[in-house]
Amino acid sequence: MSVTREPFSSVTSAVVPMNRNDVDTDQIIPARFLKTVNRAGLGDQLFFDWRYLADGSPNPEFVLNRPEMAGRNVLLAGDNFGSGSSREHAPWALMAWGIRAVISSSFADIFRSNALKNGLLPIEVPPEELGRLFALADAEPEARVTVDLEAQELRLADGSAIGFAIDAFARRMILDGTDELGYLLGLEPQIAAYEATHAPRVDTLGADG
Amino acid sequence: MQQPDPASPRPRTIVEKIWDEHVVAPGGDRAPDAIGVDLHLVHEVTSPQAFDGLRARGLRVRRPGQTVATVDHSIPTTDRSLPIVDEVAARQVSRLEENCREFGIPLHGIGSPHQGIVHVIGPELGLTQPGMTIVCGDSHTATHGAFGALAFGIGTTEVEHVLATQTLLQRRPKTFEVRVDGQLHPGVTAKDIILSLLSRIGVSGGTGHVFEYRGSAIRALGMEGRMTICNMSIEGGARAGLVAPDEVTFDYVSGRPHAPSGAQWDAAVERWRRLPTDDGAEFDRSITLDAGDLTPMVTWGTNPGMGFPITSRIPDPDGLADATQRDSLRAALSYMALTPGEPILGRPIDVVFVGSCTNSRISDLREAARMLRGRHVADGVRMMVVPGSTEVKRQAESEGLAQVFREAGAEWREAGCSMCIAMNGDQLSPGQYGVSTSNRNFEGRQGKGGRTFLASPLTAVASAVTGRLSDPRAML
Repeated sequence: MSVTREPFSSVTSAVVPMNRNDVDTDQIIPARFLKTVNRAGLGDQLFFDWRYLADGSPNPEFVLNRPEMAGRNVLLAGDNFGSGSSREHAPWALMAWGIRAVISSSFADIFRSNALKNGLLPIEVPPEELGRLFALADAEPEARVTVDLEAQELRLADGSAIGFAIDAFARRMILDGTDELGYLLGLEPQIAAYEATHAPRVDTLGADG
Repeated sequence: MQQPDPASPRPRTIVEKIWDEHVVAPGGDRAPDAIGVDLHLVHEVTSPQAFDGLRARGLRVRRPGQTVATVDHSIPTTDRSLPIVDEVAARQVSRLEENCREFGIPLHGIGSPHQGIVHVIGPELGLTQPGMTIVCGDSHTATHGAFGALAFGIGTTEVEHVLATQTLLQRRPKTFEVRVDGQLHPGVTAKDIILSLLSRIGVSGGTGHVFEYRGSAIRALGMEGRMTICNMSIEGGARAGLVAPDEVTFDYVSGRPHAPSGAQWDAAVERWRRLPTDDGAEFDRSITLDAGDLTPMVTWGTNPGMGFPITSRIPDPDGLADATQRDSLRAALSYMALTPGEPILGRPIDVVFVGSCTNSRISDLREAARMLRGRHVADGVRMMVVPGSTEVKRQAESEGLAQVFREAGAEWREAGCSMCIAMNGDQLSPGQYGVSTSNRNFEGRQGKGGRTFLASPLTAVASAVTGRLSDPRAML
């Protein structure tokens, strides 16, 4: 019953540096783009209001519009990335643009969960390491980092490595290319046993509703 | 206070009690726990891709009777007898209708007397009850925590998981005690309590935690004030926030369409009385506020943690030691076009929005109308009042509140999320300043280039009347 996707273990790329704290999901993808009924094709709307000026032209100041950023797969972001709304369109849009890993010193809970379910890696590093990564990106903008999920470490161009913790269950799912619904469906006996002892608290189909 | 259950090995918080009761399959070291979901709320924006996922696997909705849908985010709040002009929004609404029909889920759609913001109709219908686990593809699901339910927002993949299995994979959250003792002064409300908390802990202060709001000031609030506070838990980074149920809760739930009745009611209340946190239970973190110290709050920046008492002056970025924080503050002030050192009181405003899952219930509208009665919205200011549900609208009209709003020059609209999220055409224009009773002041949240001051309904009304950010205490 599992839907399989491409197993994923590591990505190597120069970073897209976005040194700003508390980037919320309304910035990652503004709400007016959530009227879609699809999950594909959101790359053009990523960071839309920062990316485009009022006249619709690309904002030359915004990092994603620098020509050398095209094709990069790792976003280096300030603290508390992905706060706000639960919209899964945020990781969908990031991935549609090409991002496979976001490095920050912390992530909002729902964003982290949504990212992991889509195979987008939220890599949390200590604040001082994040500062070092931004300094490196500043000094050597073309320097590549490797995000190695199998080894749970970031390897930097200067030869150093930073270990990171990540939810072990989600890690296994992403490495194997499986998804959580298959696992949940496999819990059918436990779910049936639970339902046998936990009567529904409400019936939304009841006449009053 | 609650005596520990003799059968339980140690005193537990309400969060732990609800969690323990809902574990379907413990994950152990290997996986998160699978927890059972008592109520799943569905709306048009975060569900279509989840239903597509079910179809792709040939799955059904496991528990349609524990699922309920409505339309709130992308629908217009203008005349409901007209078709939706925005074709993309119309397609999203009709997709939800099709999905609900195909999968047998009850839908309170346009035209239903129960249509409304998902977090308003759940409590209104008596579907939201103490001790339940409640989820929705919406981060403001924590609203339902006001009833002593563990309620939190989920992503669309998780919506699919719940539709298919009525369970979710979750790690047990940490707990964060928010104690608010003392008595609020007149003109200071539940909204000011939560904005004050957020200004102290910041927008990530509660990450990884569930807030439990406790203390005499919380107990003194009605259910709708408690909902306002729980609603904005996510603004502090906590996926959920709750208040242990008490007589106020039971009175509110009693007699509602889906509330238990007769012997089942008695059994339910007996069960609910065991929910409050045991004496001696430990929280991972704790903070205490004194309600008597609080004043009307307003946000000045671009996240809900950037707030202060309305009598304050705009902060100065140069006073901050941390470079990234300094840059964040500068960016916020640049977006808001505010100058360090200037008082926020008296700042001219363009739009006032009373509505959203934070402050659109009948008690919010009663408070707003009480202040607005006999006064008029200032020239050049647009004031929109958007009831949280069709039922709130009906009630407000029958109580004469709608007439107060109309006579004061405010727009009285149909129920929905409206300008809180600006998906439906209700929005600020670039550069406009709005005073909003909603929950988010992010850049562009209420319309591209729009600038939001979050505040209570009282502060919103006082500001509408003067055309400037105003202290409601001067108008009581």
